[in-house]
Amino acid sequence: MALNFKQESFRDDYTYKNSPEAIKRFPFPFPEDQYMYSVNIEPHTKGKPGSVYEFPFDIDEHYVAECHDRAITLAEDAGRYQALPHMMDAQWDFLELAMESLSSDYPEHFTLTKNGSIWTWENKPLGIHDTFTFGDSTTLPREPFDYMGRQVQGDFVLLDQRDETLYADAGMVTCQADWSLAFNVGMSWREWHGPVPKATELGVMDRALKYLMNLQLANPVRRLNWTMTVNPRLDTSPENYPHWGGDRNKVNADNVSELIHLRVELQSLFRLPRSNGIVFSIRCYLMSLKDIATYPRWAKRLHRVQKTMHPDLIEYKGMTKFHPLVVEWLSQFDDGADIGVGTQPE
Amino acid sequence: MNMIDVRVAAIEQVTPLIKHFKFVKEDGSKLPPFSGGSHIVVALDAEGRTYRNPYSLMGSPTETDAYHISVRRQENSRGGSAYMHENISVGMTLKITHPVNLFTLAKMAHKHVLIAGGIGITPFMSQIEDLNRLGAEYELHYAFRSYKQAAFVEELQKACGNKLHCYSDSDGKRLDMDALLSNQPLGTHVYVCGPSPMVVGVLETAKNLGWPDSNVHNEQFLAPPVGESFKVQLAKSNLEVQVPAEMSMLEAIEAAGVQPEYLCRGGVCGRCELSVLESDGGLEHNDHFLTESEKASCKKIMPCVSRTKGKRLVLDL
Ligand code: FES
Repeated sequence: MALNFKQESFRDDYTYKNSPEAIKRFPFPFPEDQYMYSVNIEPHTKGKPGSVYEFPFDIDEHYVAECHDRAITLAEDAGRYQALPHMMDAQWDFLELAMESLSSDYPEHFTLTKNGSIWTWENKPLGIHDTFTFGDSTTLPREPFDYMGRQVQGDFVLLDQRDETLYADAGMVTCQADWSLAFNVGMSWREWHGPVPKATELGVMDRALKYLMNLQLANPVRRLNWTMTVNPRLDTSPENYPHWGGDRNKVNADNVSELIHLRVELQSLFRLPRSNGIVFSIRCYLMSLKDIATYPRWAKRLHRVQKTMHPDLIEYKGMTKFHPLVVEWLSQFDDGADIGVGTQPE
Repeated sequence: MNMIDVRVAAIEQVTPLIKHFKFVKEDGSKLPPFSGGSHIVVALDAEGRTYRNPYSLMGSPTETDAYHISVRRQENSRGGSAYMHENISVGMTLKITHPVNLFTLAKMAHKHVLIAGGIGITPFMSQIEDLNRLGAEYELHYAFRSYKQAAFVEELQKACGNKLHCYSDSDGKRLDMDALLSNQPLGTHVYVCGPSPMVVGVLETAKNLGWPDSNVHNEQFLAPPVGESFKVQLAKSNLEVQVPAEMSMLEAIEAAGVQPEYLCRGGVCGRCELSVLESDGGLEHNDHFLTESEKASCKKIMPCVSRTKGKRLVLDL
């Protein structure tokens, strides 16, 4: 089925909107009334048709607009893309994985033709058509990770595995949220994940590291992470704080349901074959409270989760300013009925 | 675990004790590319048990029309290598895992010194392809009993040219570890694969000479977490389940029709935790979830990766 790509913006006038179909497939992250921080990693196996888990890389109605927004961010700040020289094999691994997935999962939009090491890539939605030699960077308009990272929704970090840990040695990061505040290319796992207050206490990050060092080819894994953002803004980076930080003060009881978006990151990790590296993909979904509330079950659940949230976590996720307004607005939907476990909308 | 179905396309007797096997994919498509130093695990169903033996992949990591492994017949092995030598013939189909690399090249090294003993040459056969492709600086030191028993010397000469240094016992030529490791520039990494006296020799020499641990690598096969078979009794479901050597306890319980909770299947998330009611031997905890004291108490177990050392286990499930 061909997707209908929207014309919309993730900055300035914020014309971003979700269709009813997009709302229905939103990866709502709360299966229970109480939120617990845990190592919620599971195999990234094929999900139901139409769901965001159907394919390794999910492409949706926001694809063209999101790629456009990323191009703006990269043009303003070239430092959002970086790759250390020893990551070249991992770059080609990433390009191959992305091209093969997209062309086999969305054949009406993407095609890949291979003739030995001469590959032809066609991306119809973005109007890209290139022939190049696999393994020879000079035959592409940009280096492989930069070239292909711009054509897939989400942020990407390439990890190198050495000295019993993982190093984030290449990255294209343009939709960063709180997780990436301290992100720099070349950082080790521990430096990168240092700031999570509750998590380090539990040794969660160390356990996750051991698990990921064991990640196998063809057995990717995923987890969901979430936060809330004012406006459907992808680039909530620390560098651009002046552009978005003040938005938190604009939230009031009348506009909270339109301004506040639940921001869900589908994080997936794939072992890469030639480099033995790992690609960490962070795919971001934004949904306004108003859209979430079109499904009463979700509204009830979100209300209960937010109402019982630990203040440290609210602070850590940067939601302190507007959080009471969120809980207040959601309370109108909550009749206290038992809704069972599970993340389904109905 | 995702396995790959392969067909044995060719077998060659390389030396009196070593056979070289060539595998192609059943459906004729290419096998996945891999990184130099990777191994696969070959699963063999034979004589009522499953052997799961790790073998290094040789040959080009990028030209993967076929995978190549070499098997040395071990005199007193538990049977895997003997079985490969005697019972595997061209045309047979086998199951293999995707490549796993526990012997990776350090990408940021300035120079690589590779040291192989006997059949320990195999992981280097793919690493040199990567090193040549990347134009990296390296030396390969290959020690063996005699030229007659040494595999792949000609191929190596072709691939490595004067970077190859051979040492044959029968010619009385010995590799002087001390001299080799004393004279290396800063930023050099050393890799060793071979009989354990050789591995220990390299590790000790490097340590004595003050090499940082992170610059010294030795091949370690991580056999998949399998063990002996045992019985597990599920108290609540009132079921007895046999856990075969090659299955995890979680898989065996699922196969018996019970659906315990799980998420990661890798011993990290904590979701599959079960209470142990009785066990007749110590527990073999392979997870990263339970604390040391929880492990020692033997009251909890993560069935996705852990097992018992005894014959029988009773779980609260
Ligand atoms: S399933 Fe995660 S620890 Fe067993």
